[in-house]
Amino acid sequence: MSISQLNDLTTQVRRDILRMVHKVNSGHPGGSLGCAEFLVALYTEIMNRKQGFDMNGHGEDLFFLSNGHISPVIYSVLARSGYFPIEELNTFRLLDSRLQGHPTTHEGLPGIRIASGSLGQGLSVAIGAAHAKKLNNDSNLIYSLHGDGELQEGQNWEAIMYASAKNIDNIIATVDLNGKQIDGATDDVLKMGSLKAKFEAFDWTVIEIKQGNDIASILEGMSAAKAATGKGKPVCVLLETMMGNGVDFMMHTHAWHGKAPNDEQLATALEQNPETLGDY
Amino acid sequence: MKTYTYTEKKDTRSGFGAGLAELGRTNPNVVALCADLIGSLKMDAFKNENPERFFQVGIAEANMMGIAAGLTIGGKIPFTGTFANFSTGRVYDQIRQSIAYSGKNVKICASHAGLTLGEDGATHQILEDIGLMKMLPGMVVINPCDYNQTKAATIAIAKHNGPVYLRFGRPSVPIFTAENQTFEIGKAVQLTEGTDVTIAATGHLVWEALEASKELNAKGISAEVLNFHTIKPLDEKALLESVAKTGCIVSAEEHNYLGGLGESIARVLGQHAPAPQEFVATNDTFGESGTPAQLMKKYGLDASSIVEKALKAIARK
Repeated sequence: MSISQLNDLTTQVRRDILRMVHKVNSGHPGGSLGCAEFLVALYTEIMNRKQGFDMNGHGEDLFFLSNGHISPVIYSVLARSGYFPIEELNTFRLLDSRLQGHPTTHEGLPGIRIASGSLGQGLSVAIGAAHAKKLNNDSNLIYSLHGDGELQEGQNWEAIMYASAKNIDNIIATVDLNGKQIDGATDDVLKMGSLKAKFEAFDWTVIEIKQGNDIASILEGMSAAKAATGKGKPVCVLLETMMGNGVDFMMHTHAWHGKAPNDEQLATALEQNPETLGDY
Repeated sequence: MKTYTYTEKKDTRSGFGAGLAELGRTNPNVVALCADLIGSLKMDAFKNENPERFFQVGIAEANMMGIAAGLTIGGKIPFTGTFANFSTGRVYDQIRQSIAYSGKNVKICASHAGLTLGEDGATHQILEDIGLMKMLPGMVVINPCDYNQTKAATIAIAKHNGPVYLRFGRPSVPIFTAENQTFEIGKAVQLTEGTDVTIAATGHLVWEALEASKELNAKGISAEVLNFHTIKPLDEKALLESVAKTGCIVSAEEHNYLGGLGESIARVLGQHAPAPQEFVATNDTFGESGTPAQLMKKYGLDASSIVEKALKAIARK
């Protein structure tokens, strides 16, 4: 797809996110909006994907979402990548839905391979899947996404230490560096210092994407990340994003981490993101 | 009355090690992970024979559970190994979300369960693990009684598709079940037939139950000993059939009476056929340092306690 087509898809994903959380007056629009460009680019341009879905995913790249609360964006991207009907986005967080508040395999939603929501667990799972790829002589890659605040969970550091010790070089773990979490700025909640220095100290290759809401920058950065795989080291992408990106009143604040817009706010937000590929 | 003898004692963890080694030779999808306790878990044989399928994770149990969950995505059958305490309580949320809720085919293999870990004391002696694990939807919970049965159980769980908690221990205990037995998950094994009292035991307490049945027999009391190697799913049919005959029951386990086998039995009896039940289990307490034999005696987890509780249960009929 061209950059302009990818931007159109991203705008439509933003509309999906906003409409999903508005309908049920719950969910996490801030981080979802911040990662829309990344996940659109990942599923459309970066990952090697097969048609259809099977749990083992032999012969294709796999993606694991560790910060499961940004479920609206992954649901929208999965639906618009053909994993399940776009209309099903209508059922987000409703009773008997496959689109649970946080992603799960429990209801059999195609595209999801692990439950996430309780934070800090996704990198370990991704490393296990990376081990399995190697055991199966499958040269495809494992991608994962983590929140920056999520790195406050200690299990991540067990996994970060393990991945380099075991030369897991078929994984690209991306950290959504939006600098915000529920209680405020990450540096106010628990100062994290330089994540680049920390990952490098743990012997990872670090790629920085400074414009994490710009499709061209994402494609360039992820291409560099791919080129860094297979060299004996795990690869970390530090993706600098804007929480709430694309909706002016949701940007530059942590207020929309886990809050849905009201009717009026939704109308304003949708005006800023005109329909491109058609609403669900 | 059928009696049981033994010529050899061995630790159940060695049964696990032997079963895992056999799986390594017969099932290429079986992989194993350990958190710095290879010797304690008897995983050396598997590791040496299958170095590419063995993952030393270091002292990082949470990471180990997550990696195990990930390995299933790609068709592997991971067996994790560490002490029971670090296999359950320490990593409960990882098991809950990444394994149980995600429906992953991980076998959580836990050694040094209960008081018989001995001298290391209460920090390492978990008496709550059966309860923690049986509460998780879809989790199978198994606590075999001797070396042969632990080996058979280890082999059997590789064929079961879904998460399993396999609990075993450190001390040498009599080997009295058959070599190369078929292990059927969820099927209690009747060891003696009796009419006066049912003794439902699991793990190390099964041998103690057999010893108790001999003492009871000498007193003219006929005890039916059932080996509940599987706590979940519980063999309700075997339980109800036996209690219909005997009219009372003693449950025996190396675990807190809260959350253990006895509580599962009480639930089934309460629902279908109320009968007097006595509990041989720890009484909502932590353990302490001591030799395994001293601890089992002090906390009332031996044949003489089973005899005492059997007499009490019979008196309540």
